[in-house]
Amino acid sequence: MSGKIITVTSGKGGVGKTTVTANLAVALASMGHSVAAIDTDIGLRNLDIVMGLESRIVYDLVDVAEGRCHLSQALIKDRQLPSLCLLPASQTSNKTAISPHELGLIAAELRASNDFVFIDSPAGIEQGFQNAISTADQIIIVTTPEVTAVRSADRVIGLIETSGKKPGQLIINRIRPAMVRQGDMLNTYDVIEFLAIDLLGVIPDDEAIIIAANKGKPMSGDPTSLAGHAFRNIAQRLTGETVPFLPILEERAGLWSRVRAAARRGLNSLSHPRKMGSRS
Amino acid sequence: MAESQVMIKGTRKGPSITLGEGEWKSLLAEVQDRLSQAPAFFRNSNVHVNVGNRNLSTDELRWLVNILGQHSVRLASLRTDSEVSSSAAETLQIRLALPESISDVPGVRVPTPDVSEGLLVRRTLRSGQLVQHPGHIVVVGDINPGAEVIAGGDVIVWGRVRGTVQAGALGDSGSIVCALDLAPAQLRIGKLIAISPEERVGRGADTSRKPEVAFVQDGQIVAEPWHPR
Ligand SMILES: Nc1ncnc2c1ncn2[C@@H]1O[C@H](COP(=O)(O)OP(=O)(O)OP(=O)(O)O)[C@@H](O)[C@H]1O
Ligand SMILES: [Mg+2]
Repeated sequence: MSGKIITVTSGKGGVGKTTVTANLAVALASMGHSVAAIDTDIGLRNLDIVMGLESRIVYDLVDVAEGRCHLSQALIKDRQLPSLCLLPASQTSNKTAISPHELGLIAAELRASNDFVFIDSPAGIEQGFQNAISTADQIIIVTTPEVTAVRSADRVIGLIETSGKKPGQLIINRIRPAMVRQGDMLNTYDVIEFLAIDLLGVIPDDEAIIIAANKGKPMSGDPTSLAGHAFRNIAQRLTGETVPFLPILEERAGLWSRVRAAARRGLNSLSHPRKMGSRS
Repeated sequence: MAESQVMIKGTRKGPSITLGEGEWKSLLAEVQDRLSQAPAFFRNSNVHVNVGNRNLSTDELRWLVNILGQHSVRLASLRTDSEVSSSAAETLQIRLALPESISDVPGVRVPTPDVSEGLLVRRTLRSGQLVQHPGHIVVVGDINPGAEVIAGGDVIVWGRVRGTVQAGALGDSGSIVCALDLAPAQLRIGKLIAISPEERVGRGADTSRKPEVAFVQDGQIVAEPWHPR
């Protein structure tokens, strides 16, 4: 088996990287895929808390990198979802405790036995960010629909381009449909047009997410919530399925394909091409 | 392999490049390689080049200026013992360094070199990205907030301008900036600076925007809509 390494990153901190990582990992594992999640937010770990696995940590990422234990000893298996495991971050080291090479080796080893390997990255554009993207097969950029977060996302997308990676895909988190309708919040279309990259999905702002995170039970399994639905849709898109966008969140979806095609050409024009007269 | 004829050193005033013996074309190729190997070291720097007693034609010297320009490097001064090279430098208005003075070249004001070539950038420029070229720059894509474009000549943008744009960066106030949607955070032409009055930066599309051309008129930067005839 050879899976995919997916790094979840952002420009601004606190926009939902850890939330997205935990929920997508759970959603994919619930669909029957084997999934490993690596928390690279060394010194500020919290993927374990959101996934409800904190109390079972014995060894961590830095222990594995420095050879104090085997990878298998540090992995924590989820009790409900046996095909899901977590490699927690160290809480006592700092962000430079691991090199891109070391992380690359660990991620590659996990890829050999999992369908998906998620890497949750630390905030910022320093070493920790570079580590997290260097080994990725695919990059997910998370932003909220705020001008500051979108600007930072733009910066990060530029850095990803510069590093020679394929452009990432975007998740817009914490959309509030009511505010968008009143014109008080950037809408999905504004954000996509500005950033000119592919949209992977949009997640509503939902207090159930906060409650779930506090309880350590990612809510992508919840069939009644819109946010859970959004996460499951994104998980399916990651497996290569085409899933229509949710209408309440992702209005004007029809326009995107054209926006993206235009962006790829380096243009952002949305108008229909005019036929040039052909010489006869 | 023969010893390299391209010597690069860091000095207090910026990098210096000494070009030794051999065919000019292959020396330039090596300069190009070396610049690509350490882009961060050279970007935005003013280099001082020493060509010894080599006789350079205007065209040969112009090639060097262009290659440096492609790597966002300015030729701050040329040091030469040759009459021929000196007059080529004068034609291109390149400052001649006095012998032994590389380390104390005073403040650099390089007159516009005669660069007729342009640079085509075919992507969206994002926050933190900088494109610099001694000639004209054409961008097919947007210039997002936080991105910067600096041209010795004109800047033409087939897209939106939201970042910082500088035309005529070497002092030519006859340069122009035009774009499909011109709302830069800051616009400079020659020595003049204009700041966008509208707070539109980072917002969504505004379909009412029209193509505009900005230029200097009576000591001020003005923008004029483009009217198809
Ligand atoms: N869609 C959402 N609706 C409501 N709350 C959310 C949503 N997404 C994230 N949050 C909350 O926002 C806070 C920050 O989220 P999270 O920790 O996932 O961000 P992060 O990007 O990982 O942060 P850091 O940069 O610090 O690692 C958390 O309290 C989380 O519960
Ligand atoms: Mg986090």
